[in-house]
Amino acid sequence: MAHIIENLLSRNDTTKAYSLLSPSLLLLIFVFAFPIFFLVAYSFWTQDYVYVDTTLTLENYKIVVNKASYHALIKRSLIISSLTTLVTVLLAYPMAYFVAFVVKDHKLLWLIALTIPFWTSYLLRVFAWKLILGYNGVINGSLSNLGLIDNPLSFLLYNPFAVFVTLAHAWSAFAILPIYVSLEKIDRSLLEAAADLGDSAFRRFWRITFPLSFPGVLAASMIIFIPTTGDFITPRLVGGSEGIMVANLIQVMFGKANNWPLGSSLAIITMTIVTLSVICFVVISRWLISRIK
Amino acid sequence: MKATSKFLTGERVLIVYAIFFLLFLYIPVLFLPLFSFSGSQYMTFPITDWTLERYVTMWKKTKLLEALYASIKVGIFASVVSTILGILVARAMTRYLFPLKRTVMGFILLPMVFPEIIMGVGLLIFVIFVGMQLSLITVTAGHILICLPFSTVILISRFEGFDRSLEEASLDLGENTWQTFRRITFPIVGSGILASLLLTFTISFDEFLIAFFLSGDDPTLPIYIYGQLRHVKNIPYMLSLGSIILLVSFVTISFAEWIRRRGMSSKKVYGLFE
Repeated sequence: MAHIIENLLSRNDTTKAYSLLSPSLLLLIFVFAFPIFFLVAYSFWTQDYVYVDTTLTLENYKIVVNKASYHALIKRSLIISSLTTLVTVLLAYPMAYFVAFVVKDHKLLWLIALTIPFWTSYLLRVFAWKLILGYNGVINGSLSNLGLIDNPLSFLLYNPFAVFVTLAHAWSAFAILPIYVSLEKIDRSLLEAAADLGDSAFRRFWRITFPLSFPGVLAASMIIFIPTTGDFITPRLVGGSEGIMVANLIQVMFGKANNWPLGSSLAIITMTIVTLSVICFVVISRWLISRIK
Repeated sequence: MKATSKFLTGERVLIVYAIFFLLFLYIPVLFLPLFSFSGSQYMTFPITDWTLERYVTMWKKTKLLEALYASIKVGIFASVVSTILGILVARAMTRYLFPLKRTVMGFILLPMVFPEIIMGVGLLIFVIFVGMQLSLITVTAGHILICLPFSTVILISRFEGFDRSLEEASLDLGENTWQTFRRITFPIVGSGILASLLLTFTISFDEFLIAFFLSGDDPTLPIYIYGQLRHVKNIPYMLSLGSIILLVSFVTISFAEWIRRRGMSSKKVYGLFE
């Protein structure tokens, strides 16, 4: 008897939960799942000016696979975003460690100060770097004022390096949060025990703190790697022709070039490569961490 | 005592590092307001003649005011709808055990880590395919999608700290569900709701990529700014406008983050990525 009532209750819970969830799920289906489905469908279609031919074909994928300039663009995007991910995570780790372990009194204030850039306009934060790296910008102006250079340095802006610096700045705050959460969760008594047993500070960090904070490092890496590979504003504003990335090409396909099917297949290929890279990265780094432990 | 003195040098290095990190984070952005007071057309540094002229004259640009109004409208709709949806999701997630709970949660949070350009072009294709017009409505729909994960996470961390026995007591004492929600639940989770509204409004107000693909002929403010940045003579106005946006965002976000985290234990203080 109790069993039946329990079953009924749990079914009731399920119904209640899903009725609360249904508006959001409907939204996700219409505004997220269907669009992605149509993106995939389009990548197998072809377009002749405005007329879309819905016969399924691998034509677009063949074009992307055979075009060396597209490969170069995808490769550059991956290199820039991997480098950005690596540097931002390395920069953010000590900062997260500081807030988790050193700050005692004003943790909230530090966290808020580190989070604010996360929510402010990405476009404006990227544009600020144009003011710094530009021909008459802050760096050139300061250097020539100090008499260190005669002519402004023109290599600061419009290249892959400018894209990398701008991205690293724009995303470094994002990496702190997940790393901080994983550090904060570490049971302090583990560290005390290791210290009592005579482990050095370095050994304690390497064998306890770092492996336990690794889920945060993984999360931070993904939070940065996935969106930076698909970033469009930064390469557009500070990248110049040498610094453009795959998202700029996708945008051109949906804009001026007006070849949506080709743009769709580029988007799908990029997304697949990003997903595969993330999976490889997670598997390899998990294996490495298990060796430390 | 000995142990603490051994750590001190390391701690000192970290403090210096942290200060440099904060400077690195904030100084580049501060050049925006600095240059907005420059009288020169060409963003030249060091700044020699100073002016407030752009702050006064930019309000005469009708297109700017239209874009501002569009962004405010979209922001209000997106933040209100995503917060209402977030309340429902947070309630379901914190109160009930149900099949596929983790999958559903993952699905709702997915847009947070999904490349925006893919969502943007996907939505563009879908909207055109079903024969709708690109407008502020399509932008709003896209914004609700990217705001929902944030409002959900903010609200779940609030609902989790909420003691259910208070609600039960209220129901036992004869209040109905609505009364209980109004008099017990809402006042306690209210700060989370306010934080969610403010933060999702900011996300929508600053969002560029989705609006870029979906706004059609009605630009939102970031799209308008982006368009103006291509003309050298308009850049100074965009610097003033950008500075005001930064200032307003800074105040809004500080306030929202403060009310969001107040009263939460320091371990739970993060919530956003748990």
